[in-house]
Amino acid sequence: MNKVVLGILLGAILGAFDGLTAWFTPEVRSQMVGIVIGSTIKGIIAGVLIGFFARKVNSLALGIIFGLAVGALLAFGIAAMQHGHYFAIMLPGSMVGLIVGYATQRYGAQPAMQKAQRA
Amino acid sequence: MTRLSDHVISRLQGELLVPDLTGTRYQPVRMLGRGGMATVWLVNDTVLRRPVAMKVLAPEASSPELAARLLNEAQVLAQLEHPGIVPVHDAGTLADGRTFYCMKCVQGKTLEEFIQDIGVRERLELLRRIMEPVAFAHARGFVHRDLKPGNVMIGEFGEVLVMDWGLAKWLEGTAHAEPDAPLLAAEVEKEGTSHGTVLGTRGFMSPEQERGDQQSVDERSDVFSLGAILQFMLANGKEQPSRALQAIAATATAAEKGSRYPGVLEFSADIEHYLLGEPVNAYPESVLEKAARQVRRHQVAVVLVLVYLIMRLAFIIFSH
Repeated sequence: MNKVVLGILLGAILGAFDGLTAWFTPEVRSQMVGIVIGSTIKGIIAGVLIGFFARKVNSLALGIIFGLAVGALLAFGIAAMQHGHYFAIMLPGSMVGLIVGYATQRYGAQPAMQKAQRA
Repeated sequence: MTRLSDHVISRLQGELLVPDLTGTRYQPVRMLGRGGMATVWLVNDTVLRRPVAMKVLAPEASSPELAARLLNEAQVLAQLEHPGIVPVHDAGTLADGRTFYCMKCVQGKTLEEFIQDIGVRERLELLRRIMEPVAFAHARGFVHRDLKPGNVMIGEFGEVLVMDWGLAKWLEGTAHAEPDAPLLAAEVEKEGTSHGTVLGTRGFMSPEQERGDQQSVDERSDVFSLGAILQFMLANGKEQPSRALQAIAATATAAEKGSRYPGVLEFSADIEHYLLGEPVNAYPESVLEKAARQVRRHQVAVVLVLVYLIMRLAFIIFSH
């Protein structure tokens, strides 16, 4: 699968899952829909960035580092908007970025390879 | 009358083996090895000033049939130009009437020596490299008929060479064979590979070869020998081979020719599937085995997702 498409798909799925876990925190349960949508959009943005990076840079190590950095940065933005819960938001967010970074490098196909496979 | 001592007799026998290189461009250096039919000498090519290996028919085995067989070996080698097959430089008859041919002098390790230091994965990759020249020969219409660990060498640059094509047979009706191949084959068949003759090495030759059923010998006979080499490589390893790998070896060495892989390429492809963590044709796996193989294949991804889930669970537990 195309690295960018894989990044978007994984980012969206993991982002949505990340948002859904808010259900276990009773004080924010009323804002579940907003949290899930926000988390999914965050995941998609991270997926696009990481996917494009994977397309340009073919390195597992750099992909993981970039994913981790993008995940941490976006999660920091969310935590800053909420004025707190930095650790609880940033750690899973970074982890999601790391997984997307690894997956796009390991399982994503380069456009040239896809063309060759089709041929 | 004076009796000769054993030492003198063995010395004289050794002298008898030295090929008479009078009138040739070669000078003998030392004997490299000795087989049933021929001896291999390290000789110096005085024109090109390089060492080459010379295979000469042994004095006690210089029948016209064996001479023709050695010449056939040289001709087969000359037809099979491949990085995995030793190139032949020269062939002919020496002043003492013995047939010879010269080839590149390969310096390296035998397969048996080489595999001592490597793991199962590297052994399988090595076997796939052994299969390359064999598959090439099959595509050109030849079967080796004597594949065994002793006939595989790993050169000093890591090149894998399949040696000793003395028993090679041309398969009639092969589409990709060269125009010269049928002529060569006709000579080979004339030379005594008639029905009932056992050619090959026990333990590595196929059942049809053991029966002397030369008409049945084809690519699958080499598949059997390669399967026997795989078993040899696995038996000499420290790790216990997996069931899938055992099934691959069992399929290749099936007694019934029809149950084996149809060709070396299919055999090689199954080993590649195994190395890539994909299902192999030789082994129908259960659902549990399939799941375990997928986990092994994607273990980093599985660990990352597990770490994420455990972390999420820890957050939920501690937030309460």
